[in-house]
Amino acid sequence: MIRAMLIPRRLIMLGFFAAFVIWCAVTLDWSWIPAYAPLALSGLWVTIWLLVVSLVLGFALAVPLGLAQAIGPWYLAAPARAFCTVIRGTPLLLQIWLLYFGLGSLFPQFPWIRESELWPYLRQAWPYAILSLTLSYAGYEGEVMRGAFASVQKGQIEAARAFGMPRFTMFRRIWLPQAIRQALPTLGGETILQLKATPLVATITIVELYAVAARVRQDTFIIYEPLLLLAVGYLLIAGVITLGFRWIEGRGPRM
Amino acid sequence: MEQALELLSLSPPGWGANLLRGLAASIQIALGAFGFGLIIGFFGAMGKLYGSPWVRDLLEVYTTVVRAVPELVLILILYYVGTDIINNIAAAMGRGPVEISGIAAGIWVLGVVQGAYSTEILRGAIKAVPPGQIEAARAFGMPRGLLARRVTIPAMTAFAIPGLANLWLIATKDTALLAVVGFSELTLETRQAAQSTRAYFTFFLAAGFLYLMVTLLSGVIFGRIEKWARRGQPSHRSAS
Repeated sequence: MIRAMLIPRRLIMLGFFAAFVIWCAVTLDWSWIPAYAPLALSGLWVTIWLLVVSLVLGFALAVPLGLAQAIGPWYLAAPARAFCTVIRGTPLLLQIWLLYFGLGSLFPQFPWIRESELWPYLRQAWPYAILSLTLSYAGYEGEVMRGAFASVQKGQIEAARAFGMPRFTMFRRIWLPQAIRQALPTLGGETILQLKATPLVATITIVELYAVAARVRQDTFIIYEPLLLLAVGYLLIAGVITLGFRWIEGRGPRM
Repeated sequence: MEQALELLSLSPPGWGANLLRGLAASIQIALGAFGFGLIIGFFGAMGKLYGSPWVRDLLEVYTTVVRAVPELVLILILYYVGTDIINNIAAAMGRGPVEISGIAAGIWVLGVVQGAYSTEILRGAIKAVPPGQIEAARAFGMPRGLLARRVTIPAMTAFAIPGLANLWLIATKDTALLAVVGFSELTLETRQAAQSTRAYFTFFLAAGFLYLMVTLLSGVIFGRIEKWARRGQPSHRSAS
């Protein structure tokens, strides 16, 4: 990868890029950074936290969704397919607003919810953010896992069955690992899509990375600098995710 | 239920007309952005496949950056860059600041985003065309434009349709992001209606239903187009 960058044409391009970066650093206004650095760091943390939690929960939900669509009886397959269609057919922003404003205006009408232990949490925005991001990821990944489960070779499962493997062990040891292995390249792309979806929760008052940049713009009327830095930040996170998935893909046996 | 229908009715006490107006704006922006993206994508794919190494590297940077940065951030950057450029041109021509229509701005920002994705889709589709077909046309001395029009584009359409159908759905859903920057399309109209009536569930569900109808209808239309584009190709179903 490094050697590919060392041909003259790319060195010239890198030179232009370096010149652009230096030009940005010198002429643009970066005086706001010290004041907002702590907020930006906490925003970065919130973004990563939202991403990881929604990925884990969403994937845990996607496995049964995919399984129900691949081999489930019709009364499980039909609702799973309907769920995936609805999630994939409507904008995430609308889902976030439906859950946050809709449930948020519905819950206070019930006294037993207001008096419950969960109420202090239900009044905050992050449960709704996690819920909507999780459901969205589950909807997209349910579809991916359906294809992955269906594409695992039949002989593998028959072999496991022939050895008298219990159904759950067979699922855990044979079927799921191979399905995940098949789906890994797609999951990598979907994970970056999920990263790109996180800024939407800034619209329901969650202060993550994008919200910090928006606040800088509101406070100081500096437009381009925070946005550029934000874009670089997301590029770096996306790069880390890509490298991570490449590493995981490289570890398993070649398919 | 009755109350909900009253709120959604088309005449003034209801907000149905606002939602439909928003839907029309959303579809206009999506269509424009999809078309603009296809134009960028076609030239991008040509550049990536047949362009000089410089062009290829630059296009690689374009597609990588656009696909890694959140649409919301890109929309803001492109919106400000676009208005700045137009205002500078207007100032250079001695005019005052220009008022930019929301639909035009939406088409511009989403089109640039869509262009990166359609570049990749069309590149893959062109690569899937058996090279002998394009070589045969070249061997007969067919001029470039005619070759693209008569051979490459018709032959690649069938391969590009599934990806483009997906991209069209992304375009319709991405128009919702323009609500954050304050364009009045379906999602923003819905939010305004919901906030002034406090009937959040009614309106968000109604808007979700409208989006879902667009999605399902597009699925049917793209299915037809794909069938049409695949005419003459051997079907895998009958072969196996």
